[in-house]
Amino acid sequence: MKIHQLSLFLENQPGHLSKACRVLADAEVNLLTMSVADTQQFGILRLIVKEWEKARDVLQKAGFVVKVTEVVALEAEDHPGGLADMLDAIEADGINIEYMYAFTFRFGDKAVLVFRFDDPDTAVAALQARGLGVISSVELYSRSE
Amino acid sequence: MPELAVENRVFDPAETMPREDLRALQLQRLRQTVSRAAGVPFYKRAFAEAGVSAESIRGLGDLRRLPLTTKADLREGYPLEFLAVPREQVARYHGSSGTTGKPTFVAYTAEDLDTWAALCARFLVAGGLRPEHTVQIAFGYGLFTGGFGLHYGVERVGAAVLPAAAGNTPRQIMLLQDMGADALVCTPSYALNIAEACERQGVAPASLNLKYGHFGGEPWTEDMRRQIESRLEILAFNNYGLSEVIGPGVSGECGARSGMHIQEDHFLVECLDPDTLEPVAPGEGGELVFTTLTKQALPMIRYRTRDIARLDEAPCPCGRTGVRMSRVVGRTDDMLIVRGVNVFPSQIEEALLRVEGTAPHYLIEVDRPGVMDEVTVQVEVRPEDFSDKMSQMQALRDRIDREIHSVAGIRAAVKLVEHGTLERFIGKAKRVVDHRREKGLL
Repeated sequence: MKIHQLSLFLENQPGHLSKACRVLADAEVNLLTMSVADTQQFGILRLIVKEWEKARDVLQKAGFVVKVTEVVALEAEDHPGGLADMLDAIEADGINIEYMYAFTFRFGDKAVLVFRFDDPDTAVAALQARGLGVISSVELYSRSE
Repeated sequence: MPELAVENRVFDPAETMPREDLRALQLQRLRQTVSRAAGVPFYKRAFAEAGVSAESIRGLGDLRRLPLTTKADLREGYPLEFLAVPREQVARYHGSSGTTGKPTFVAYTAEDLDTWAALCARFLVAGGLRPEHTVQIAFGYGLFTGGFGLHYGVERVGAAVLPAAAGNTPRQIMLLQDMGADALVCTPSYALNIAEACERQGVAPASLNLKYGHFGGEPWTEDMRRQIESRLEILAFNNYGLSEVIGPGVSGECGARSGMHIQEDHFLVECLDPDTLEPVAPGEGGELVFTTLTKQALPMIRYRTRDIARLDEAPCPCGRTGVRMSRVVGRTDDMLIVRGVNVFPSQIEEALLRVEGTAPHYLIEVDRPGVMDEVTVQVEVRPEDFSDKMSQMQALRDRIDREIHSVAGIRAAVKLVEHGTLERFIGKAKRVVDHRREKGLL
């Protein structure tokens, strides 16, 4: 039930983000969603792509430091309070969120969010037990087509 | 011949001793030094290997038969293997920073301290200090020889010391205003820092009583001298020394301010090609090598300073007969002097190795954007160091920052850079870019 996420270390300088995107474009890899965490000096680019192995290989070949981590995609009700209710449920289980970001597309009438947990397996089990909509990679990738 | 910037006063007649008499005195004192040094295990071995003894020293030319001493030798003798007197005869210890994070200790007997104070008094008087003056000392007081060395030198002149110690610039300015020091003692970069702070606070130099500055502890340039002099409206004098030899007082400028007179009745100087260890041609730049002639607690035989300078044997209008050394124009190793602190690239490397998982690819950049030195250490992020969590990346950077401070004693801006972006070198890596040198500040 987990999704593979690629993370890249980028210096916070003009041209560094676009270079990574160009490498993926040349390899015809489509970005499903992404987020950038940045400091004044450096940033961490996080990407969700369907062909994550191919994306990892071309990025590494281009000299980027790439890390693959497992993240969890969750669907939330797309109305006021939808995210707050979901976070309450996650918090109730004492699960710590490292970071999160959203997909640009809706999944039916739901919003889709990416969560990075320390222990994704435990998190997935707890979330499913609470009836939260964990989206598998198969569902996610098929929706993107 | 340059004109003298201050009235010429000589603290000790020995400073103007005819060179012939000076040479005779040097030879006599060299024999004493060799005999004293023979009690140090390192020198005992080295003298035996070289087949030299005090008795075999017939002339000053025999100096070259004596072994050289390096900083590495002193480090191996940590902490006190070079001590030539019983510990109960030691009156004070000082130390200088080294590559391992441990200082190199030096020691002084009461007589050594007396000599040292007199040597500092000599260059202070040559640079205008008079008994009626007050001197604000903004050097660190501690293991560093600068603070205490100058402190007792000022006292020896008979002037008043205001031991302000280093740092706290607003307080330095307040003391200059309220206590009216005639002279300031600190590193040249700190003098510029004070000048800049005065300008920011709207303190006019003319409102201060300051007339002279005695600066040392780091390399500086004629351009810095001009800046300091015009911004603080003082006369700035250069002095030189290193703790392994004695501290400040090895040499200092007179009113002619064209080179620093080496106090040759206490130190023998050589200027050698650092590769061949042969003397350079007169007036050429070479590594300065000093042999102490009077030190009791820690005699030094042919100590390699790693400082590159030129010697000028031409007579000086001030009448002092000691040969003059130029400013230090470079180093034979890649030691950096940052805000008066000695920093070796190997210290940065050691700090990086202490941080688990830090790659050995790094680059040290030193610059002086304003008046103070700034150090940036670029460190490449290897795949195994990289985390998608920002908190871990910042923790990595903070750990590097702390280790550099702990090992090298300086604060550096640590910059994590992409893997593979720093230049790779075949053979000896270039780990240091000193923008101060490009700008002509060193």
